[in-house]
Amino acid sequence: MSTQLILFFILAVIAILSAIGMLVSKNSVYSAMFLVLNFVTIAVLFLLLNAPFIAMVQVTIYAGAIMVLFLFVIMLLGTDMAAEGISMPWQPPIAILLSGALILEFAFILFFAQQDVLPQIEAISAAFGSPQSIGKLLFNFYLLPFEVTSVLLLVAMVGAIILAQRETG
Amino acid sequence: MTTADLNVALPFIIVAAWACILLVIDLFIPADRKGLTALLAVAGMGFASIPVLLRFEESNRAFNGMIVQDGFSSFLQLLLLGVGVISVALAYDYLQRRKIVKGEYYTLLLFSVSGMVLMAQAGDLIIVFLALELLSVPLYVLSGFAAKSNPESEEAAMKYFLLGAFASGFIVYGIALVYGATGTTEIEAIHNVLISGVSNLGLLTVGAVLILVGLGFKVAVVPFHMWTPDVYDGAPSSVTALMSVGAKAGGFAALLRLFLAGFPEIAANLAPILVGVAALTLIWGNIAAIAQQNIKRMMAYSSISHAGYIFMMLPAIVDSDIAPDAISAALFYLFVYAVSNLGAWGVILALERADGGGLSIDDYAGLGERNPGLALAMALFMLSLIGVPPTAGFIGKFFLFRVVLDANMIGLALVGVITSLISAYYYLRVVVVMYMRSGDPQVRSERWLNATLWLTALGTFLLGIFPGPLLNLASRTGLFGLVP
Repeated sequence: MSTQLILFFILAVIAILSAIGMLVSKNSVYSAMFLVLNFVTIAVLFLLLNAPFIAMVQVTIYAGAIMVLFLFVIMLLGTDMAAEGISMPWQPPIAILLSGALILEFAFILFFAQQDVLPQIEAISAAFGSPQSIGKLLFNFYLLPFEVTSVLLLVAMVGAIILAQRETG
Repeated sequence: MTTADLNVALPFIIVAAWACILLVIDLFIPADRKGLTALLAVAGMGFASIPVLLRFEESNRAFNGMIVQDGFSSFLQLLLLGVGVISVALAYDYLQRRKIVKGEYYTLLLFSVSGMVLMAQAGDLIIVFLALELLSVPLYVLSGFAAKSNPESEEAAMKYFLLGAFASGFIVYGIALVYGATGTTEIEAIHNVLISGVSNLGLLTVGAVLILVGLGFKVAVVPFHMWTPDVYDGAPSSVTALMSVGAKAGGFAALLRLFLAGFPEIAANLAPILVGVAALTLIWGNIAAIAQQNIKRMMAYSSISHAGYIFMMLPAIVDSDIAPDAISAALFYLFVYAVSNLGAWGVILALERADGGGLSIDDYAGLGERNPGLALAMALFMLSLIGVPPTAGFIGKFFLFRVVLDANMIGLALVGVITSLISAYYYLRVVVVMYMRSGDPQVRSERWLNATLWLTALGTFLLGIFPGPLLNLASRTGLFGLVP
């Protein structure tokens, strides 16, 4: 077995275990932490697949920004609030049914219908999706959208501050 | 990127950059002299209109087709910059009265206008999306500008934000599907792929419908109009004035360009849906307006119905012979609607009291006696919104209906004419209350507000008598050179 494969199995086990841990832990902070672990593991999986940019985005956006937001909300609401919970007896069967359907779909496409559903594409170059090529695209072809996005983020920031500002005379 | 690219983007760059600079300048302007910020904002928009005027007739593409310049974009940019200037003039006194003076109001307004200006030029779906967000996000914030003292304003901001974000989701998903079907996001290139027949037509149709739904939210056509009355009512009136004109013009800029230049063939397949949406919007907007007692809510439904009139042009542009007329009729109507509507909002602003009262239609009783000038102006705006002959609204509707008839959509034209008649009921009710009943309305008289009222009233009147020059301008608006 190659090191890649061994690494993959270790990561896969961690990813699945952390996902289960997230589901079963009663304390919502632990739950969030398990989710962070899950995100980071997936990021390493992307690295294994030679997609450093997606790995980086996965860490900064999911494990970073979004989880900070999650934790903020949990901390603000208090950890014990969520633990009480409302019992939803109808929820588990539906969840199992839906995830079962999803797994079946995956299995069907993977093992039976791969050729029909996914079009054959040419082999992509190694540079595809690398930080260099994305950077080049961003600062050449997509320069204007890139700059407009920066203005948009500035506006969102200014707007949030104005709405949250306390009245000062 | 070359200088030529920058030149094409200049109107947007000036407004956006000036807004960024004004954000900093405003920090040094004392709180009691925020009029200076307003003046600087107006100066920025005035300055941005210079490159538009200088290159009105040119047609260019820049930034790899991300943005395009043609008569269509230039016409809309001038209109939108004008709307921005008038919105500042309307807001200046109103903010002081409601005690919500903050320099950021004008900066956010500038950002919103920059988004509209960019939208007029959008040649790529990515820019369509970004421009839409750039014009919407400041409007979300501005809707909640009076949230500290007025919970309704907070509610309006929240509703507008949530539904706006929802609509953006539709648009992004639609853009993704269109990209999946054609392999490009550039509007012209989409059309080329579509003609060559290599695209996945089903996927493209679904994508087009999703974009239509998302933009339909923004321009408030039935059945995506639910947010409009609440948001228009709750938001500060000066913001509503901008919203009801600017956001609509921006949305229609994207709709018209997409459906004419991007996928007219798909629009032809969707024609029954487009006609249905237009008819529903006309009927529901005009009928629901009758029941309103609050003038802001009435104007909200009125704006829905006017979106319906402009929306009639979407099924018409399918026919390439009619398309040029349809585009110029839509542009002319947008202009006329902007002038009359902003004027009407000016009168509403003049009568709104500091405590937020004075918004019921009954509060207009006795205006004809107390303030004949203002009452006359309001009557003029109402007549123009109905489409009564000597006013600009008549000319606008005349051209819209002519295009609809040319396109052989007689049913739709009938719906349009009948709903126009229905609209006379609620518009004239304001006039009747003003002149026939006695009362004691409190009217604010302020320099900028009065100047705006004069300007819009004159515009409404003169465009009704001499529509020629503007029509000429509107009919010379080539779209990617597709339309001569």
